[in-house]
Amino acid sequence: MKTKKKWNDWLWIWSALYLSLGFFNIMFAWLGLICFITPLLVAIFGKSKAYCNSYCGRSQLFNLLGNKLHLSRNKPTPKWVRSKWWRYGFLTFFMTMFLNMLYVTFLVFNGTNGLKQAVKLLWTFKLPWQFAYHGTPFIAEWTAQFAFGFYSIMLTSTVLGIITMILFKPRSWCVYCPMGTMTQTICRIQK
Amino acid sequence: MTKKNAVVDKEFCVACGACTKVCPKNAISVFCGKYAVTAENLCIGCGICEKICPAGVIDIMEARTL
Ligand code: SF4
Ligand code: SF4
Ligand code: SF4
Repeated sequence: MKTKKKWNDWLWIWSALYLSLGFFNIMFAWLGLICFITPLLVAIFGKSKAYCNSYCGRSQLFNLLGNKLHLSRNKPTPKWVRSKWWRYGFLTFFMTMFLNMLYVTFLVFNGTNGLKQAVKLLWTFKLPWQFAYHGTPFIAEWTAQFAFGFYSIMLTSTVLGIITMILFKPRSWCVYCPMGTMTQTICRIQK
Repeated sequence: MTKKNAVVDKEFCVACGACTKVCPKNAISVFCGKYAVTAENLCIGCGICEKICPAGVIDIMEARTL
């Protein structure tokens, strides 16, 4: 329902800010963990998708770009996107890549590999990102490796979300968003 | 007069809540993070929610005759 704007209607600013900060200092990527942990906690203990429904800045950003700025074609999302095999398949793929990122971080932690200052887009394209890393004098290098890895995930999912926002409905990303699938599954298996 | 209602396909609803944000009657809500449900007495069948739903799971149907 259309009501007066509440504070949480401005959370898209946080999402936009998050993506911008990664261009200046990659260590800000760590803040993204909030967007990973909060929805899960709300689903487990609050037994709801309040995060998706009211507090997700990313979906607000897609809504803003797609509806307010009319960047979306506003065509129906293809039916297979909402199918179980696609949603759970994408979640599985996403989690596999997440674990892989943790493993890469571990290899830097135990000294096997050196720090790679790059952001990987769509799990394929390596973007040189040295400009956002200024060394971590008091903290270990693995924390920077994690930041590069985590930011890669956030940027990649945003790019995918923008593509489907343009092609289909503004919030098409929400149909196959791994966080959304996870929180809904948690809610569905609860009484 | 036939009344129209928004009907959600519960199996494929992704519980994103996009519909709840646009309903002029506050007639649709997400039930416990599982799927969206419509309050048939409030819904006027305007179809605004149907247009925004990214999963395409809302249909405007003729309400059962009461
Ligand atoms: S499905 Fe993903 S992008 Fe959409 S509201 Fe939920 S967490 Fe945000
Ligand atoms: S917009 Fe569609 S998919 Fe999202 S909660 Fe409403 S009915 Fe479900
Ligand atoms: S059809 Fe209109 S009144 Fe009914 S739930 Fe959808 S937006 Fe609300």
